[in-house]
Amino acid sequence: MFGQLVKKRDFYAGSVMTLFGLAVALDSMTYTLGTLTHMGPGMFPLMLGITLTFVGMLITGTALFTPLSNNENILPRQKEWRGWFCILAGPILFIVLGEFFGLVPATFACVFVPALGDRTATLKGSAILAAGVTFFGVLLFVYVLKIPFPMFRLGS
Amino acid sequence: MFETALTDLWYGFGVALEPHNVMWCFIGVFAGNMVGVLPGMGALATISILLPLTFGIKPVGAILMLAGVFYGSQYGGAICSILLNLPCHPPHAVTCLDGFPLTKKGRGGAALGITVISSFVGASWGITEMIFLAPILVEVALKFGPAEICSLMLLGLLAGSTLARGSPLKGVAMTLCGLLIGIVGSDIETGTPRFTFGIPNLFDGVEIVALALGLFGIAEFMKSVNQLSEVDTKYTNIKFKDLRPTRDEFRRAVPAMFRGTIIGSLCALIPGTGPTIASFISYAAEKKFSKTPELFGTGMIEGVACPEASTHSSVQGDFIPTMSLGIPGDAVMALILGALMIQGIVPGPQLISEHPDIFWGLIASFWIGNIILVVLNVPMIGLWVKLLTIPYKFLYPSALFFVAIGVYSTNNDMFQVGETVLIGIIGYLLLLLDFHPAPVLLGFVLGPRFEENFRRAMLISRGDIWVFVKHPISAVFIGLCVLLIVMQIYVRLRAPKALPMDMPLGTDAKIPEAAE
Repeated sequence: MFGQLVKKRDFYAGSVMTLFGLAVALDSMTYTLGTLTHMGPGMFPLMLGITLTFVGMLITGTALFTPLSNNENILPRQKEWRGWFCILAGPILFIVLGEFFGLVPATFACVFVPALGDRTATLKGSAILAAGVTFFGVLLFVYVLKIPFPMFRLGS
Repeated sequence: MFETALTDLWYGFGVALEPHNVMWCFIGVFAGNMVGVLPGMGALATISILLPLTFGIKPVGAILMLAGVFYGSQYGGAICSILLNLPCHPPHAVTCLDGFPLTKKGRGGAALGITVISSFVGASWGITEMIFLAPILVEVALKFGPAEICSLMLLGLLAGSTLARGSPLKGVAMTLCGLLIGIVGSDIETGTPRFTFGIPNLFDGVEIVALALGLFGIAEFMKSVNQLSEVDTKYTNIKFKDLRPTRDEFRRAVPAMFRGTIIGSLCALIPGTGPTIASFISYAAEKKFSKTPELFGTGMIEGVACPEASTHSSVQGDFIPTMSLGIPGDAVMALILGALMIQGIVPGPQLISEHPDIFWGLIASFWIGNIILVVLNVPMIGLWVKLLTIPYKFLYPSALFFVAIGVYSTNNDMFQVGETVLIGIIGYLLLLLDFHPAPVLLGFVLGPRFEENFRRAMLISRGDIWVFVKHPISAVFIGLCVLLIVMQIYVRLRAPKALPMDMPLGTDAKIPEAAE
């Protein structure tokens, strides 16, 4: 039974919630709990943490009693490592380039790199898309909405 | 009462018809419609992405624009589902059942035309309901003490998390996570920083924009990348004259429309049953009413008119608890409420009396916005249909830029962009574990007020936890909560396979699930 259990998605879902709930409950003990009449900052999170632990255990429990379906892969069948990586790299590059070089390079990178995440993407197509978004994005955010973000800069 | 409602409404039209407010409403409807049509962009993603653009606007304009974005994207989603069989917003899953077969028969234009009329009828009814019900609710709610507010919020949270799709237990877990994320930051009463890990940027709490864009932006893109195949555009050549339904179609659609409207507005009255449930119930009911139920699914115009009318009537109805009690029914309403809070407006029963311009202006703008929608969609249908051909691979990189700069511009803080990326990764992991992240937002928005009222109730009752059952009104809400839980358990135990709520999940199999 346990061998089957570790294959189930709900087993992990429940465990994650249980652990998270426990962590929250333990951490909220470090704040002042107070009494029910005068609740300290720790009381409410403690209650939530305990409830979440309980709900997490219930989810794990339902995993015990439902039969194993054949659709229990947690990771999707196709692992889109390239796509995932490129999507996450976009905003991260936006932070780094935006901090040191300004809005224009940041925008370009934030569109160009994620665009490469698609399997059919080409360098040229992605570059054209990125250039287009950069142009209209700068127009909208710098000239219309006037956000305080220099288009180009060197060093932070 | 009738007279005061009309005077207030008159005043509302005065607010909504101010030129700049009409402009914001128009921009909202236009942008929402445009992004909503794009395959792979649901209403939640659309609102989250456009939310930061409203921060520079005055509260009235901002809320009119956001509401416009919402029903605009709803309408745009209908085009996408009828012509491409791609429901990006869950209520439209039903519209697809008969909408797409109609398209295949070459009557897609007529289906769209009927959709325009049904939406307008449904929305108008929903708005009327709001005009008369909201002030009554407010009158009752103003008498509530902290204990009542607390139990009411509990009911709202429970309904919002268990009646949405997926496992109710997981929904509750997500709501709890949302409540916990809402706690991050300084404690209101003592100022103690909680769960900030010593990072000063977190002392003000997690930004709602970062949370929404992480969960409904980045996580969704990670899920959909390379998953959406090239859309089939052979049916999308629709022109203005195609929109006209035949006399027979019209005759069959009209009663269905009214039935859908009534069902939708009834659903809106039950907290937690949003447009998705309304559309499914109305479709099932329409099938029962029909003399030829076996033809449903092969392209019946009633199967488009009824769910669309009920979706729109319940969407407007959802604004009632949101605006009059400050308790949102689903994630979209939570976002709109969050936007109000960013503007410095405290949601709750005092909103109508303190900010009548927002409330009545919003109601009046619903009508204006819906008329703008009709005007935009009927003659310009060819343009919208063209948008359907934009492939996803161009969409998500552009959207990512809006995510990044939108989060940045909220507080001019790069840290929050990083926060969004992290929330996105966690959100994707949660999606993999079959959690639906929408209730997180519900918990997040209600969390701080829930805690505040809970503490106050405890203080007043001197630590007596039974105060929630001792006050009669509060006891009713708690009773409803218990009833809800018992009902869920009963339904699960009785027929774990044949749940009505699982019907949408079944049809979801082929759908690239955009945010709820």
